[in-house]
Parts: sequence; structure tokens; C-alpha cells
Amino acid sequence: MIIGLTNYLILASILFTLGVFGIFINRKSIIAILMSLELILLSVNLNLVAFSAHLGDIVGQVFTMFVLTVAAAEISIGLAILVAFSRHQKSIQVDNINLMKG
Amino acid sequence: MLIIVCFYFVSFITILAAAMVVFSRNTVHSVLWLIFVFLNVAILFVTLGAEFLAMILVIVYVGAVAVLFMFVVMMLNVSKTEVKSGFLQYFPIACVLTALLLAEFILVSVSFSSNLFEAPVTMISEARVTLTNTEELGRVLYTKYFYLFQVSGLILLVAMVAAIVLTLRTGKEVQRQDIGQQIQRTKQDAIEIKKIKPYSGAT
Repeated sequence: MIIGLTNYLILASILFTLGVFGIFINRKSIIAILMSLELILLSVNLNLVAFSAHLGDIVGQVFTMFVLTVAAAEISIGLAILVAFSRHQKSIQVDNINLMKG
Repeated sequence: MLIIVCFYFVSFITILAAAMVVFSRNTVHSVLWLIFVFLNVAILFVTLGAEFLAMILVIVYVGAVAVLFMFVVMMLNVSKTEVKSGFLQYFPIACVLTALLLAEFILVSVSFSSNLFEAPVTMISEARVTLTNTEELGRVLYTKYFYLFQVSGLILLVAMVAAIVLTLRTGKEVQRQDIGQQIQRTKQDAIEIKKIKPYSGAT
């Protein structure tokens, strides 16, 4: 590993912060929130792989695979809920979602 | 030397593309920038020596998740104006909070890595002479983490079933295939033979 661990950590933290920022400013659009969530999970994966390469331990990459699996499952269910919601409400405004609370 | 230039170039483009994901007005453009971020992070994974995960990232994320996003965005027809209406309302507090978060992260990563992990253990690079990254990953994944591997497969199965259950339409307006009805159809009720006189046309 020629490039230092700190570079990767700083890059991952910038990606994470951009994801959090995206959740803050795109609060109306649930698709943008899901995309920001993907950015956050990607930065976590980058952290895990960087530590795996730095410590010489393959377990970090194994856990990256599990994170990828959970992220794929989460995003598919989230988009399915979004499709069902848009069929029901004819819009995907996040403000209307708490109408379902009853 | 080349790999350092490659790292800085790719990471700069990654940050730029991630910013474009967040700030892009059009949601379709956002998804395309997200695909670009995934590709760049796959390159970074290759520079870290994790080739298998780079390929998995390209296949699973770019091939499946991003295309799923694209389908949903195009199917739901998200309008640009109603989506970005709350942009300025949360902008100042978002700037302050994320700047604090980034400062904390950078502080932690600089101090953490310079103090605690001075001498890196070179277990992978020694093993790499004989094993590829994929083989090494498989040796751990299918032995020590076998049950977790099976559980992750179960998670994917449950997610698939849940997505189908959530989006399946039932009701009067859905036309379904009825195989018995198709088989019982005969020539008599399907077609009708008419004799047409010459020069009169079909009526």
C-alpha cells in the first residue's frame, strides 16, 4: 500500500459528509435521500477496504461484501415501497407519507 | 509514482461526482453521476488491491442497483420543480452541521492513523505471491464466515420476496393469463368463416 491510509480515510469522510449533506438539503425527494444513503454506504465500504489493505486482514473485505448485500436488499425494498406509495398517492412527496399513520 | 497520481485524480473526480449527485437538479442526472461515483470507487478498490470487490461493485451497483434507480426515476416521472422546493430552507443548518462532521472526521482520521498504526502488517502482500484476491476472499468467506454468507443470501431472498409482494398488483384491472381458458378454446368459437360474393366486399 503506497498511498497512506489517511488519504483514503479523508476521502471516505468527504463522501460520507456529502451523503449527509444530501439528506439534509434534499428532504423533499425520497429518491435523492436513497441516493445519498448509497453514497454513505459506499464511503463506509471504502473505509473497510482501506483498513483491510492497511492491516493486511482480509476480513474487512468480507464485511464489505455483507454491507453490499444489505445495501442492495435495502435499496430494493425502499424503491418497492416508493413504487407502492406513488401508486397509492399519485405523488412521491415525503410530506404526505405521515398521512398513513392513521 | 503513477499510482499516486492516479489516486489523487480519481479521488478528486469521485468527490466532484458525489457533489453532483447531491446538487444536481435533474434526478436522472443524479443517478448517472451516482453510477460515475461507483465506477471511480471501483478504481480506488483496485488501487487498494481488492479486485474482487471492485468487480462486485461494478456488477452489483452499476449493473443492478443504479439501473433499478433509473427505472424507478423514469417510471415515476419525478418533476424537477416540486422536488427541489425545500432547498434553501435547510441549506444553512446543513452547511454548519456537515462542516462540523467533516472536521471531526478529518481530525479523527489524521490523528488515528498517525499514532496507532505506524507499522502495517503485510499479511496480504506475502500471501499474494501465491493467492489472488478472489481466492483469498473465498477461503475466508466459505469457511469462517459461512453462516453469515448463508444469512446474507437469506436476506437477499427476503428482500426479493418483499419487493415482489409490495409491487404486485391484484384486482379487476390486471389482466392475467388463464391457462385452462386458453386450452379450452376451440376452432368453432375462435374463428368464423364467411362466404363473400364477388365485387361486394367484406361486411
